[in-house]
Amino acid sequence: MAQARAGLRSRTGWSAAALLPLAFLGLFFAWPVLAIVSLGLREGGVAGALVAGDTWELVGFTLGQAAASTVVAVVAGLPVAFVLARCRIRGLGLVRAAVMVPFVLPTVVVGLAFRTFWPDGGVLPIVLANAFFNVAVVARTVGGLWAHTDRRAEDAARALGASRPRAFLSVVLPALAPAVGSAAAVVFLFCATSFGVVLVLGGSRYRTLETEIYLRTVELFDLSGAAALSLLQFLAVLAVLVLGALARRRRETALSLRGREELARRPSGGERVVVAAAGLVVVALLTPVVGLVTRSLSTRDGWSFAGYAALATRGERGTLAVTGIDAAVNSLRTAFDATLVALVVGVFSAVVLVGLRRSGARIAEVLDTALMLPLGVSAVTVGFGYLITMDALPGDFRTSPLLVPLAQALVVTPLIVRMVLPVLRAVDERLRQAAATLGASPWRVWREVDLPLTGRSLVAAAGFGYVVALGEFGATSFLARPDAPTLPVVIARLMSRPGELNSQMAYAACALLMVVTVGCVLLIERLRVPSSGEF
Amino acid sequence: MRRIFAVCAALVLAGCSAGTSTAPQSREVALVTHDSFAVKPEVLEEFRKSSGITVKQIASGDAGELTNKLVLTKANPIGDVAFGVDSTFASRALSEGVFAEYASPEAAKGAQRYQVDATGRLHAVDVGDVCLNIDPAKLGGVEPASYEDLTDPRFKDKLVVENPATSSPGLAFLLGTIAKFGENGWQDYWTKLKANGVKVVSGWEEAYNQEFSATKGDRPIVVSYASSPSAEGGKTKAVLDTCYRQVEYAGVLSGAKNPEDARKVLDFLLGEQFQAQVAEQMYVYPSREGVALPESWAKDAPLPPNPQTLPADKVKDNREAWVEQWRKLVQG
Repeated sequence: MAQARAGLRSRTGWSAAALLPLAFLGLFFAWPVLAIVSLGLREGGVAGALVAGDTWELVGFTLGQAAASTVVAVVAGLPVAFVLARCRIRGLGLVRAAVMVPFVLPTVVVGLAFRTFWPDGGVLPIVLANAFFNVAVVARTVGGLWAHTDRRAEDAARALGASRPRAFLSVVLPALAPAVGSAAAVVFLFCATSFGVVLVLGGSRYRTLETEIYLRTVELFDLSGAAALSLLQFLAVLAVLVLGALARRRRETALSLRGREELARRPSGGERVVVAAAGLVVVALLTPVVGLVTRSLSTRDGWSFAGYAALATRGERGTLAVTGIDAAVNSLRTAFDATLVALVVGVFSAVVLVGLRRSGARIAEVLDTALMLPLGVSAVTVGFGYLITMDALPGDFRTSPLLVPLAQALVVTPLIVRMVLPVLRAVDERLRQAAATLGASPWRVWREVDLPLTGRSLVAAAGFGYVVALGEFGATSFLARPDAPTLPVVIARLMSRPGELNSQMAYAACALLMVVTVGCVLLIERLRVPSSGEF
Repeated sequence: MRRIFAVCAALVLAGCSAGTSTAPQSREVALVTHDSFAVKPEVLEEFRKSSGITVKQIASGDAGELTNKLVLTKANPIGDVAFGVDSTFASRALSEGVFAEYASPEAAKGAQRYQVDATGRLHAVDVGDVCLNIDPAKLGGVEPASYEDLTDPRFKDKLVVENPATSSPGLAFLLGTIAKFGENGWQDYWTKLKANGVKVVSGWEEAYNQEFSATKGDRPIVVSYASSPSAEGGKTKAVLDTCYRQVEYAGVLSGAKNPEDARKVLDFLLGEQFQAQVAEQMYVYPSREGVALPESWAKDAPLPPNPQTLPADKVKDNREAWVEQWRKLVQG
């Protein structure tokens, strides 16, 4: 009886704590999205849009290309995750940073780079480009858990005669399944809502729900058509998330987590094949990057640093309101604020989710799914929603500079949750129970047990979130004020002007964005937190 | 541990992206613009000194996005004045009642030549024609001079255009062909273009920066602007008989919180000082008469004398159907 009451109390406590992330989501996501969609629905004509033949073609192509891209990203990301987590190789920090670079590159620039290899675009380059952006998600999310899973079970299987592939399939993969599932869900959402890639590489023949929602909302002002498609997008995303949650449910188990240092070894035997595969993936990822850097240096009249020199200026004839350097500084600041918000909301959510799950509350599933939704809804839907809702907040929030980091945080939070959650869940409950039995308060248990075991993942998640915020374009381009643009916004503007110097400067700005990204990742990697065996 | 704190403290100091906004000034006018808006800071500063008005810029996407945002927020607009609604979207903005009437004394000095209607709600600020651009070096002396030339086998596989569904110059070029060949003739023209190997890409960035032979690609004919050659130092030319006129308008918003000062900002946009720098800042032509263009423009990028045009109402009513027809015809 007493036990039942204690369980109830803890459930109510966790449910109340779930209100913070829900309030954030409600205010900056659900409210604006519902407002704009219901405005479209009130106009009528939604049924007509739903039965139109090409609507279902759109849904099919959107989901199909996203699924294909996800498969490619997972297959390419796993060997990289292995190397990052398990191998003791020189220069691994640099690889870890390099893998992040594609993630921040503006889609239009990457699209153009891919067009060099596929001049007419098509489905294959769309899938490959989407995967290109998202290998980092798989490598980081899976690598994060892999770096902490105990090696002994695997070694035992090997000692009992299992081949390497057999040991991987029956011991390692099941342990990693939650992280693979998490990563796949995130990648799928990113690919399902990918905009620039489809536009540039679709050769204007291929359309997705995302490009069509943009077209209907922004160019045709067909809000009812856009609302119909938004609803479809929402349902499709929800269906995938629920399927993912069901698949994840029974797989998440307590693992005995270990520090990376005691697990990393020099690669041996068959592992070298995996390392070689990872090497190939990294080379493939860096090919377009090298192309960009080459382009930033080559002009019609030979090699030149003019684009880089121009970064200190406002562009040819004042294309920009600020210099390239100012934009970089602004990017860093905005991304910092966004990461801070996302970390607070994200870590809080992850802790609450774990707590809710342990106390068996149903709302855990709901909150888990709700937190992912912002990744699956069109930036343009959210942006237009802001226009008709945020003026109700004090001081006409629509043009507030705070809206940019908040919108970025909306994108970053789900990533942080997905990276932290698998690790947090894998913390052995018995350790926590032992601590509690010895008299530790819940806060102390978290600080002494969960934090040390998951600290490394927290830092990695923060770094990843920071980089995502740095590269975020969809929402930022919608909200950034002209006197305070971020680097991706500046690059887009430079690309939209004639003149060789502007184009040079755009590519130089891409290079700057890459350098800043690598710098940030390396810096954050250096921030060691107390973590078992790693301090 | 101390090092972590130091780094964190530094990050916190570097953060707070929104912490430094200045206190609201009583005489501030919010100017909502499209993303391509640009003005010399000195000109803005001079206006502030002479009028006491601070202009706060709010960029809101391209012309279409800007118009739709204005319509969506007309009950409680995000600014006082808007600039950048173009001839394609002007009808929508007017029929939705986004703009208030204002007879600007500056509007009669050239802007009236491009007016949409006689109500005085929208005033032309600049003109930016969309024309074919060519790379003479690559064409080797055989240059197209008209729309018809593009269907000639000599120019097979030489043209790259933007998709009118996703690109504003792409749409302008399609409208130009509709104005030229009529509502029942343009389909035939595009069928011929398709047979002659026209390449379609989704945006200006790809067409101009990636496909155009004067920059990186191998197609010597591209849909761009009459002003683009001014940025290429005489290496390219606009084909002046293949232009479609796009006019960009400004107006005082009906729900402006500061209508009095908003009108002064509109006068400023039409005034001599601002008009004198639109060419250099935005690659467009001033609407005001007697404003000199930069020197290189006279040679490389003159204003097309006889561009194609279509009435704003007609564009508004047919645009979606035309683009859909085009899509079936050229991409089906």
